[in-house]
Amino acid sequence: MTNDTVLELRGVTKSFPSHKAVDNVSITVGRGELHALLGPSGCGKTTCLRMVAGFETPDSGQVLLNGTDIAPLKPYERNVSTVFQSYALFPHLNVFENVAFGLRQRGEASIDSKVKAALDLVRLSQKADRKPSQMSGGEKQRAALARSLVLEPDLLLLDEPLSALDPNLRQTVRQELKALQRRVGITFLMVTHDQEEALSMADRITLMNQGRVEQVGTPQDIYLKPATRFTAGFLGAVNWIGDIGIRPESLHLARQHPGNGASVRSARITHSTFLGDCYHVQAEITEGQQVMAQVPRSQNGYHPGDQVQLWWNSADELHIPK
Amino acid sequence: MRLLSLYAVLAYAFLHLPLLVLSVFSFNQSRFTQWEGFSTRWYAQAFADPALREATLNSLLIGGAATVLATVIGTLCAYALWKRKSPPISSTLYLSLMTPEIVTGVALLAFYQWLFHFLNLQLGMMTVIFAHVSFCLAYVVIVVIARLRTMDGTLEEAALDLGANEFEAFYLVTLPQLAPAIVSAALLAFTISFDDFVITSMVAGVDSETLPMVMYATARRGVSPILNAVSTIIVVGLGVLILASERLQTKS
Repeated sequence: MTNDTVLELRGVTKSFPSHKAVDNVSITVGRGELHALLGPSGCGKTTCLRMVAGFETPDSGQVLLNGTDIAPLKPYERNVSTVFQSYALFPHLNVFENVAFGLRQRGEASIDSKVKAALDLVRLSQKADRKPSQMSGGEKQRAALARSLVLEPDLLLLDEPLSALDPNLRQTVRQELKALQRRVGITFLMVTHDQEEALSMADRITLMNQGRVEQVGTPQDIYLKPATRFTAGFLGAVNWIGDIGIRPESLHLARQHPGNGASVRSARITHSTFLGDCYHVQAEITEGQQVMAQVPRSQNGYHPGDQVQLWWNSADELHIPK
Repeated sequence: MRLLSLYAVLAYAFLHLPLLVLSVFSFNQSRFTQWEGFSTRWYAQAFADPALREATLNSLLIGGAATVLATVIGTLCAYALWKRKSPPISSTLYLSLMTPEIVTGVALLAFYQWLFHFLNLQLGMMTVIFAHVSFCLAYVVIVVIARLRTMDGTLEEAALDLGANEFEAFYLVTLPQLAPAIVSAALLAFTISFDDFVITSMVAGVDSETLPMVMYATARRGVSPILNAVSTIIVVGLGVLILASERLQTKS
């Protein structure tokens, strides 16, 4: 473990009576990074988060926070803090008292100014007297963030931070969360099942599947150089033509053979779906083999039944054996 | 709609008319069920009756003690059941509600008689209070656990996360959420304890005759308008408690 590592899960395993949730998982989270723990539901990512927070104890393995194994410690004995999916704001306390809760537990001085600074940070100074029930979803999330950040944790855990928000609010909050993380410089470990969320926000992603780590890397690494077919498929659609994988945005359509040295297949169009900014065009290469191409609106004009040439650049190919 | 309203009025009349008649005749000049003019003489006599006064005091004492004990024990029971999520144990609670009072009474009496072999005790205040705690307990657990089940379980985790230990999390976060339900459960327990006749009469001793027991004994000796007055006071008093309990439950 280097000085640049805040958190390291080392060979962590956790079983529940019904299933093995986490199977020999190792994860490293660097200091100051926004790390996303990504995977489908039931992949063990939330159990990992709960073991870091202290709500679950691993059966075996270590949870190292700044080099110290915190696995046996109670939640209140470790300097990590969680922003819960439901936010879990205390309903009987106003925003100010919610944010002050942790400071009071620590018996800290100058609670007033610390809470005010935290509320300023998340633009909630005007709502300090409000009860959680009187706030919008976005405001509740910011209150929950302030409540955790005011404690200056070594690591902030976020459990599906955007899932309880309105879809049209999520885009903005993604940017805001990332900007906030940069400003406070606290390491964020975020659990999400939404690959777009992970790609757009994270510095690095750990992708999990069925209790194991599938791949670790930057969003670009994971999207452009998936190590497994699961990774390739989870981060976006892939067309498999033999052993070659092509993403829909890399698959191009032409009436005639493009003659540019690219790989080409003849195909017949079966469907064309308008998505606003582009079309998803489905085509049949051979009997029963469908592929999907994402076509810019300006280049559309294809109809079901048309014979076309599909082409792609070899640089865009994904080579992953089955 | 009009028919429906009429139906509702009739149903309420069926429920409440006897109580109305009772309270009207409690203010009757005559001791018979024939109106002869307004009077508060039965109330005056009721307050002057030493047996009724002692029994009322006993009932309040027993009700108070049983309420405090049943509420504390029951709230902790509900909390434990909620934490451990053990439905088999929860469902046996309803057994306690379904058991006929006379059976509970016989069972408690047998239990006490067996216990008296080992302990130098006899039927009295303590045995009545213990009996009342035992039949109030299930009501408290059911009211409190209903509230707990609507509570976000991550609230306690959030408290732990913010540095509170398990006791602080319960005291600072869970208890305030439960407060209205606990008060409501206590009011309910008190009314149930105050009401009880069957079980109490089986486990009471000479020093622990409750108001319902004395009223029953009086009624056996013949009609007394004093009972009308006492009953009216009880109905109004418990009615206020029940309404308060209901209001707190809907509020929580």
